[in-house]
Amino acid sequence: MTTFALDFSADHFALFDIERGQGIDTAALETRFRDIQAQVHPDKHTQGSDANQRLAMQWATRVNEAYQTLKSPLARARYLLQLQGHDAQVESNTSMPMEFLVAQMELREAVAEAKVGADDTALDEFRRKLVAEMKQEYQRLQELIDVRRDYAGAAGLVRQLMFQEKLLHEIDDALEAVFA
Amino acid sequence: MALLQIAEPGESDAPHEHRLAVGIDLGTTNSLVATVRSGMSLVLNDERGRSLLPSIVRYAGGGEIEVGYAAQAHQASDPRNTVVSAKRFMGRGRKDIAHVEMLPYDFIDAEGMVKLKTAQGVKSPVEVSAEILRALRIRAEASLGGELTGAVITVPAYFDDAQRQATKDAARLAGLNVLRLLNEPTAAAIAYGLDNGAEGVYAVFDLGGGTFDISILRLSKGVFEVMATGGDSALGGDDFDHRVFCWIIEQAGLAPLSPQDVRLLQVRAREAKEYLSQHSEAPITVKLGSGEYVDVTLTTDIFTEITRTLVQKTLVPSRKALRDAGLTAEDIKGVVMVGGSTRMPQIQHAVGEFFRQEPLNNLDPDKVVALGAAIQANLLAGNRAAGDDWLLLDVIPLSLGLETMGGLVEKVIPRNSTIPIARAQEFTTYKDGQTALAVHVVQGERELVSDCRSLARFELRGIPPMVAGAARIRVTFQVDADGLLSVAARELTSGHEARIEVKPSYGLSDDEIAAMLKDSFSHASDDAFRRALREAQVEAQRLIEAVQSALKEDPELLSAAERSHVDNAIVRLQATIMGDDRRAIDQAMDTLSKGTDEFAARRMNKSVSKALSGKKIDQIGIDA
Repeated sequence: MTTFALDFSADHFALFDIERGQGIDTAALETRFRDIQAQVHPDKHTQGSDANQRLAMQWATRVNEAYQTLKSPLARARYLLQLQGHDAQVESNTSMPMEFLVAQMELREAVAEAKVGADDTALDEFRRKLVAEMKQEYQRLQELIDVRRDYAGAAGLVRQLMFQEKLLHEIDDALEAVFA
Repeated sequence: MALLQIAEPGESDAPHEHRLAVGIDLGTTNSLVATVRSGMSLVLNDERGRSLLPSIVRYAGGGEIEVGYAAQAHQASDPRNTVVSAKRFMGRGRKDIAHVEMLPYDFIDAEGMVKLKTAQGVKSPVEVSAEILRALRIRAEASLGGELTGAVITVPAYFDDAQRQATKDAARLAGLNVLRLLNEPTAAAIAYGLDNGAEGVYAVFDLGGGTFDISILRLSKGVFEVMATGGDSALGGDDFDHRVFCWIIEQAGLAPLSPQDVRLLQVRAREAKEYLSQHSEAPITVKLGSGEYVDVTLTTDIFTEITRTLVQKTLVPSRKALRDAGLTAEDIKGVVMVGGSTRMPQIQHAVGEFFRQEPLNNLDPDKVVALGAAIQANLLAGNRAAGDDWLLLDVIPLSLGLETMGGLVEKVIPRNSTIPIARAQEFTTYKDGQTALAVHVVQGERELVSDCRSLARFELRGIPPMVAGAARIRVTFQVDADGLLSVAARELTSGHEARIEVKPSYGLSDDEIAAMLKDSFSHASDDAFRRALREAQVEAQRLIEAVQSALKEDPELLSAAERSHVDNAIVRLQATIMGDDRRAIDQAMDTLSKGTDEFAARRMNKSVSKALSGKKIDQIGIDA
C-alpha cells in the first residue's frame, strides 16, 4: 500500500490541478481552492482524533498558502521562477533601468507632496495611472514567462513590479492618512 | 448527572445523541447565548424571559457576586465594585484604555493587562468576563437540560492576539469547552446568509458598545469567505455616551464629580442617546449626590454635531477594508447592520451614503451575532444535518511580524491572510560567535516596533558559535483557525535544533487558569475530579465514534493487519471507559489516536483527490 505523507514540497499548481504557467484559469483556481478546503478545513474535522485535527490544520494551512501564492500575479511569478530554478534575486539584485528608477523617484516625491497637501484627487490620479501601468507590465510578464521563457528578463520585471507594488501601498497609505 | 450513551461496536451509525452546543456573544454592553433546536437558531432567555444579559458584574462587600440586571441595579450606588464594559479592558494595559481617568475603578496596572481592585480583592478583566460567561453557561444548561459539549464564543474581528487569548482564557475559566473563537461580523454573516440564501459580496458593519468591525465577505455556494476585515477595537456606543456625558458636564457647568455621580450621568447620557434614535430631543434631568440639579435638553442636531467625528471614524476602516478586498462600494451587494449602536440614525445615514445603498436591517442587531455563533457551534459539535455543508474561511485582522535591527518591523504574515496559516522567515546572527537570538513578536501595521503591539518575547539559545551571518535561524508563525498565534524558532545549519514554542506573554499560563478554576470550584475538588473523568469518557467515546465511522467509510485504506490493530485499540479504549481511571482512558485514547495517524493521513489524501476528480467529471460534462 502506498503511503501518502503530506508533501509540503509538492507543486502548488499540481495541488489545484491547474496548468503550470503565469497565465492561469482564475475561476478554476478559486473553485478548487474552495472544494479542497471543504474537505480539509479543521471545521470539517472537529470530531476526529487529535491526529486528524492536526492533519486538517496542516492541510488547510498548506492549501491557503498555495492559494495565496497562485492568486497574486507577483507571488505567482516569483514562485514560477523558483520552480524553474531561477532566483529572482529580490534581495540582492537592485539594478534596474535608469529611466525606471528616475520615474519612480519622481512619482514617489509627488506622492509624498500630495500626502502633505492632503490632495486626495492627485493621489487618486497617481494610483489610477500606476495601476494601469502595472496591468500592462503584468501582461508583459506573462509573455516573458509563458511564451518566451525568458526567465532572466522576467526576474528583472518581477523586481520592478515589487517596487511598484510597494509604491501602490504607499499611495494607499497616503490616501488613508488623508481621509483619517 | 447526564448518562453517557455508549454505542455497541458497529452501531456507531445509530442516530447520534444531539450534543448541546451554544453560541455566546460576549458583548461590551450586553451578552447573549443562543442554540440550535430542531434546526432553528434561537436565543435562550433567562427565567424572566429576558434575552440580554447586561455585561455587568458586581463584587459586593458581603462576598456575593452579582451578574447582569442585579449588578446593573447597583452600578450607580456601588460604582467601584460594579464592573461595566470589562471587554474594553481585555488584554489591555492601562495606557490603552480610553478615558481611563473618568472610570470609577481602582486600576492596578499589571503586566500586559490591567486589574481592578474590588471589595472581593483584585480581579482581572478575564475573571470578570468569566462571571458573565458562567452565568450564560448556567442559563443554557438549565434551559437545555444538560451539560454543554462546547461553545463558540464571538470576538470582534479586529481583536488582536492578546484580546483573543484573554477571551479564550475567560471561557475556560467559566468551565466552557471553546469549540471556536468566531469573529462577530462573520457570525452575523452566517446568520444572515443562511437565512436569506444570500450569494455575492456583502459587507457587515458591526458597531457594538465598545468595538467596531467592518468585514467584507464573499458568499458563494455555501462558502463564507472573508475577503478583508478592519475596524477599531476601541470605538463603540460607549464613546458616543462619553461625548454626551462631556456635553452634559459642560452645559451644566459641573464641578469634579464623585464616582457615583459620574456613573449616574454616564447612565443618563446613554439613555438620552438611545432616546434620540426615535425622538428629536431628549430631556436630561438628574439630581446629583452633591445636591446639584442637572436640567438640559439634548437635540438631534447637537448630538449629530458632537458625535460627527466618531461617525467619521467608522468610515476610515470601511474604506480600508474595501481597498484590501480590491473592491469599491459598487461591488457590495448588501450591507448587513449589526450591533445596537447601528440603531443611531446618524450611523444608518453615514453607512447608506458611504456604500450608496440602504443598509439591511432585517435582523435584530442585538441578536444576530449570537444566532450565527450558535449555528457554527452546532456544526462544530458534530450535529451536522443534511444541507449543513457550508464552510467558513476567515482571516487575521492585523499583520504579524518580528522586530529586526533598528526597531523596525519585518512583517511575516500580512493582515487579511486566510487562516489557518503558517509562514517561516529566516534570520541570521550579526556577531561572530553569537549563541543566542532574541525574538520579539509584534502585531500591527506600522513600521516601527514601538507603534505596534508587543505580543511575545523569547530567546533562542544554544546556537553553535559561528561567524556572523552564517547561522540560519528559521522563525515559524502559525495562526490557527481561532486566529491565535504560536511561534517557533530553530537553527538550521548545524543540524542542532533549538526550538521553543511561545504563548503570548499577556495570556494566563495554564497553571494560573488551573489555580483560578480550582478556586471557583470552591473546595468541591471531588466535583472537579468527576467532571474531568466525565469529560475524558465523553472525549474517548467521541474518538471511538469518529474512528468507527471512518472505518466504515474507507475500509479499503487499511490492510487486514492494520485493521485488526485498530480494532484492538478500540476494544481496549472501550474497556477503560467503563472504569473510572482517567489516566488509563487518556493512555488508551493516545494509543488509538496514534494507531490511526496513518489512516487519517490516507483518508485526507483520498478526500482531496476526490475533490479534484469530482471537478474534472463536472467539467467533462460541461465540455461534452
